[in-house]
Amino acid sequence: MKTPRDTWLVFQRHMLLLTRSPLSILLGVAQPVVYMALFAPLLKPALASMGADSMTDAYRIYVPGMLVALALGGGLYVGFGLLAELASGVIERARVTPVSRVALLLGRALRDVVVLVVQAAVIVLLAMPLGLFVHVTDLLLAYALLALITLTSSAVSYGIALKVSNPNTLGQVVNNIAQPLMLLSGTLLPLALAPLWLRRVSDWNPFSRAVVGMRALFAGHAGDASVWQSLALLAGVALLALAWSARLFARSVR
Amino acid sequence: MIETRGLRKSFRTGRRRKATTVEAVAGLDLAVAEGEIFGFLGPNGAGKTTTLRMLATLLPPDGGEAVVAGSDLRTAQAAVRRSIGYVAQGGGTWDDVTAREELVMQARMYGVGRAEAQERATAALDAFDLTAYADRHCRTYSGGQRRRVDIALGVVHRPKVLFLDEPTSGLDPQSRAHMWDEIRRLRAEGMTVFLTTHYLDEADALCDRIAIIDGGGIVAEGTPAELKREIAGEVVTVEVAEHAAKAAEVLAQQDCVRSAELRDEGGLRLAVDAGETAMPRIMRALADVGVELTTIELHRPTLDDVFLTRTGRSLRES
Repeated sequence: MKTPRDTWLVFQRHMLLLTRSPLSILLGVAQPVVYMALFAPLLKPALASMGADSMTDAYRIYVPGMLVALALGGGLYVGFGLLAELASGVIERARVTPVSRVALLLGRALRDVVVLVVQAAVIVLLAMPLGLFVHVTDLLLAYALLALITLTSSAVSYGIALKVSNPNTLGQVVNNIAQPLMLLSGTLLPLALAPLWLRRVSDWNPFSRAVVGMRALFAGHAGDASVWQSLALLAGVALLALAWSARLFARSVR
Repeated sequence: MIETRGLRKSFRTGRRRKATTVEAVAGLDLAVAEGEIFGFLGPNGAGKTTTLRMLATLLPPDGGEAVVAGSDLRTAQAAVRRSIGYVAQGGGTWDDVTAREELVMQARMYGVGRAEAQERATAALDAFDLTAYADRHCRTYSGGQRRRVDIALGVVHRPKVLFLDEPTSGLDPQSRAHMWDEIRRLRAEGMTVFLTTHYLDEADALCDRIAIIDGGGIVAEGTPAELKREIAGEVVTVEVAEHAAKAAEVLAQQDCVRSAELRDEGGLRLAVDAGETAMPRIMRALADVGVELTTIELHRPTLDDVFLTRTGRSLRES
């Protein structure tokens, strides 16, 4: 019972901090809004090759991809916040207490999930008047998938931050991980246009599977095999990432 | 309350082939009794913080053993954590959170229930004179206020042992005096306090016992009075206009002078048995050989003299 309680404690503290810096919430939501506004006019012609005949079809392909990109990209940059916390001494203060080490990670990662879910809700709400239509149950499953992606990407980012301890190095490492993962998951540009070898490589990218699952959900095919497959796959990946990162949090060095 | 035997820690610096190992703490034997203020005095880089971080479970030792508050540091870290408080040199608070919120959170991290955590936070704010600013964000605090918040955070769970890393570093004289009073009050409540400092007066005035540490090892240990007593007699420092070497030679031959040495920054440091009677003789001896005296000063031995005798360097210079 100790870990859930401590996780809740750490989560509460970080939600409090979030409400104390309204600017960061505003900026976090602004980004997806800009994406919607600038990409929407390009959607229909660009996605015609994937079988998008109407705006609804175009959004059903584009929005799920963008949400995965947001969960992946947003999560990978949370490590910078941890570096600031390390420098301020609050992490060290927590490490002297008997607080659960896993909770130090989970509380933060869950805060990141909340941030992402709020951003995703804003995007879906904005896309609705433009022609997007999706069932509530499908949407909830899609959010579950997004939560798993965010848990993975933020856990990895925290782990890297604990290992490199330098903002410049962290930036480079994160960029080098984020870019190929994004390109190979067909989040923004459809992989249908890619040569065969590139598609074969992307088959090995769990986030590419997630995008396929997300698109199935937004198309209303919750029963599609890609949905449960991507949920199971991402649950496994998230567990691995959390376990790796939690081990680094537990180490008393630094 | 704290006992260490052969505690060691070394760090590797540099990359693979060029890597060199620096021994930060080299076989430390310590014993700190219950209810005392124990001071770790030494220059920067002597191994003070490394030792503290090891005893506070933040850094695994490379070797040796230690028992803190009755629990083995290597095998019972969780038990050690429950009975200690640790305040890092830089503190550690979030800028956008109030002192009260920090104290409640800190108590809750030790497993204290919500209602009791609130009570303890209020009591701690009161005890550390923070009630007036309790609900302001930490970023608005002055250096002294922030330091008091740090220490209140370190004791909100009522630990048996409190580790303080340079508790008054960077504080103005008034805040320092205030902080000393707070630390003495914690001792009066039965807490054992282990602090590091590079201030001679702090070690002298605040600590019941001190260990002088240099280069990762202890060079002297005892009460400040005991340590100073080892430097028998008193010290006279003399500055001359010129011919310092000749002056040293002449003065060393005087009966009242036990030893005379040239100091790097100029002038002479003389160990004498009784300063009051030696001073006129020193002045006369110098006048006899025609060396002009510019200043002469008598002082009782300080911890710096102890450090100088043991290491050959002055703590002020290092």
